[in-house]
Amino acid sequence: MNCSPLRTAFATLALTAVTGVALAQDVTGAGASFPAPVYAKWADAYNKATGARINYQSVGSGAGIRQIKAKTVDFGASDAPLKDDELAKDGMVQFPTVIGGVVPVVNIKGISPGQIKMTGQVLGDIYLGKITKWNDAALVALNPGVPLPDATIAPVRRADGSGTSFLFTNYLSKVNAEWQAKVGEGTAVNWPTGAGGKGNEGVSAFVQRLPNSIGYVEYAYAKQNKMSHVMLKNKDGQFVGPDEVNFKAAAAGAQWDKSFYQVLTEQPGKEAWPITGATFILMYKSQDKPQNAANALKFFDWAYASGDKLASDLEYVPLPDSVKALIRKQWADNIKDASGKAIAYK
Amino acid sequence: MAATLPASPFSDDKKMERSDPKGGPPQRRQSLPWADAVFSLLTHGAAWLTLALLAGIIVSLVIGAAPAIEEFGLGFLTSAEWDPVQEKFGGLVMIYGTLMTSFIALLIAVPVSFGIALFLTELSPSWLRRPLGTAIELLAAVPSIVYGMWGLLVFSPILSTYVQQPLQTLFAGVPILGTLFSGPPVGIGLLSAGIILAIMVIPFIAAVMRDVFEVTPPMLKESAYALGSTTWEVMWKVVLPYTKTGVVGGIMLGLGRALGETMAVTFVIGNFNQLESLSLFEAANSITSALANEFAEAGEGLHQASLIYLGLVLFFITFVVLALSKLLLSQLKKGEGRAA
Repeated sequence: MNCSPLRTAFATLALTAVTGVALAQDVTGAGASFPAPVYAKWADAYNKATGARINYQSVGSGAGIRQIKAKTVDFGASDAPLKDDELAKDGMVQFPTVIGGVVPVVNIKGISPGQIKMTGQVLGDIYLGKITKWNDAALVALNPGVPLPDATIAPVRRADGSGTSFLFTNYLSKVNAEWQAKVGEGTAVNWPTGAGGKGNEGVSAFVQRLPNSIGYVEYAYAKQNKMSHVMLKNKDGQFVGPDEVNFKAAAAGAQWDKSFYQVLTEQPGKEAWPITGATFILMYKSQDKPQNAANALKFFDWAYASGDKLASDLEYVPLPDSVKALIRKQWADNIKDASGKAIAYK
Repeated sequence: MAATLPASPFSDDKKMERSDPKGGPPQRRQSLPWADAVFSLLTHGAAWLTLALLAGIIVSLVIGAAPAIEEFGLGFLTSAEWDPVQEKFGGLVMIYGTLMTSFIALLIAVPVSFGIALFLTELSPSWLRRPLGTAIELLAAVPSIVYGMWGLLVFSPILSTYVQQPLQTLFAGVPILGTLFSGPPVGIGLLSAGIILAIMVIPFIAAVMRDVFEVTPPMLKESAYALGSTTWEVMWKVVLPYTKTGVVGGIMLGLGRALGETMAVTFVIGNFNQLESLSLFEAANSITSALANEFAEAGEGLHQASLIYLGLVLFFITFVVLALSKLLLSQLKKGEGRAA
């Protein structure tokens, strides 16, 4: 925590201001912006059902991790899972909440959604600046009969660090060797090309504004804005489009029982959408404030039990029941109060 | 201090006017003896608090940036590599972007503001003066995010189609201008950011210029007119020399705003951390935009420290600009009266 005393002080101040007037039942969390809409929806419905309040601040995954490490919040949220050894070092546990997908979208005159097919190799080469024209031989070979224009590709990507970029670059690293060597994966990377938009809305604004552009956004944004998505070739060699079944298929192959560190990109499965990912909650194993932890767990327990419909409405994919059972087991095994007793949330 | 206040002659006058000096002078209401001390303490406190805050900000920036300063040193300022994955950071792209966009902004805003102020004070019919002046001041009240969205959705397509593409065809192959106008003509980049910034700072500079032009004594202007000067000569040779301190102050105010502007720039600059060409059409990045975009997701360690280092650099740039403007003003004052 190098520069953080000041920021921590401010954050604490802000939080005391918020929680000072609130009830003892209030739970605070902060982090990832990708699941923020569904957390807000859950919190609202949970509040109506039980009267308890959940304050979730959508400050970004990085800030969420910082806040949970500073213990200014009861739970942190991150789009990229933390590695198991990193979690162990800080004495934290993580568990997934919902699954979502990232979708490459294009804006080419006369091209309808799903009309263009791409492989990860080609997508990577576009973002590396190696494929610069829409009528490049590699694209034409994949899309026989599609009227691809003789126009320069304008790649668009996220300017801010984000879990969406993490999934996208993680996917490109898996499928494009040059991408992995030159750029790598992360919430923010050294983009070799492309204009940067802030947030999903920034990227979708850019793509809709710039002719012959390509970008990547969360599935919900692509669907709501009726953007032209791209069909991607998955690990099984099938061209698939982004849809709930395809995200579910990607999640099905993950080995959640081994570890919750699962990035669901390029998963096996005939229908699996290759750029899929879960979003995660971080909590401390040993809880100084067992009451808050219990309230937080109650909330997530409620969300797993009755929040699936709300999540689907917002184009997120709920977790399979088997994974939910694993998560509840992990809570019982790992999240304890100071005396070592498991936190009771039922 | 109190002795020099002009209160005593005033009370003397009153004494002289008194017709019936029966009961002696009225008792002056004695202020509380400690009030002065408290007041002085409060004012001192306010002044020092500002300085302490300034020092506090510098200290916390330096502490926050320490890991990056240790790692990269001054090489940070000359390296154009910004790679969060490899944890290699250099601020040249952002520093260049910040300086270049502000430079473009001033290049456009100063002459336009001068024209606006000149028109409003000398040429405009009087019925137009107030509404036009108010309208220009209103521009300053538009939130910067609105400028950003307008810039991205409305302005940049126009710039792309009607300015960038013709310029590119016109100057293709011309040595220096050709390079300046190369790059993708999509309306996003240094030039658009500079122009949006210019629109944002024009009201500030124009308002200050108009105010100082208005305080020029009419006698000076009328004398010049009487000697047969044109309006331009009056402005250039009489009004401007008389008001140069205020004019420079206004420009510096605009420059300060341009250097620190974040939201509008983020929208139109393209947020591109590579310095591949010196083209004005190329997407680039500025210090403020990089901070706004990356801070929330920056992990602890070098990435965060490098961003704070960038903040420190911006602090330094603004400080240098302010110091230079003070120096310029004092030089101007020294030269006063010597030149014709």
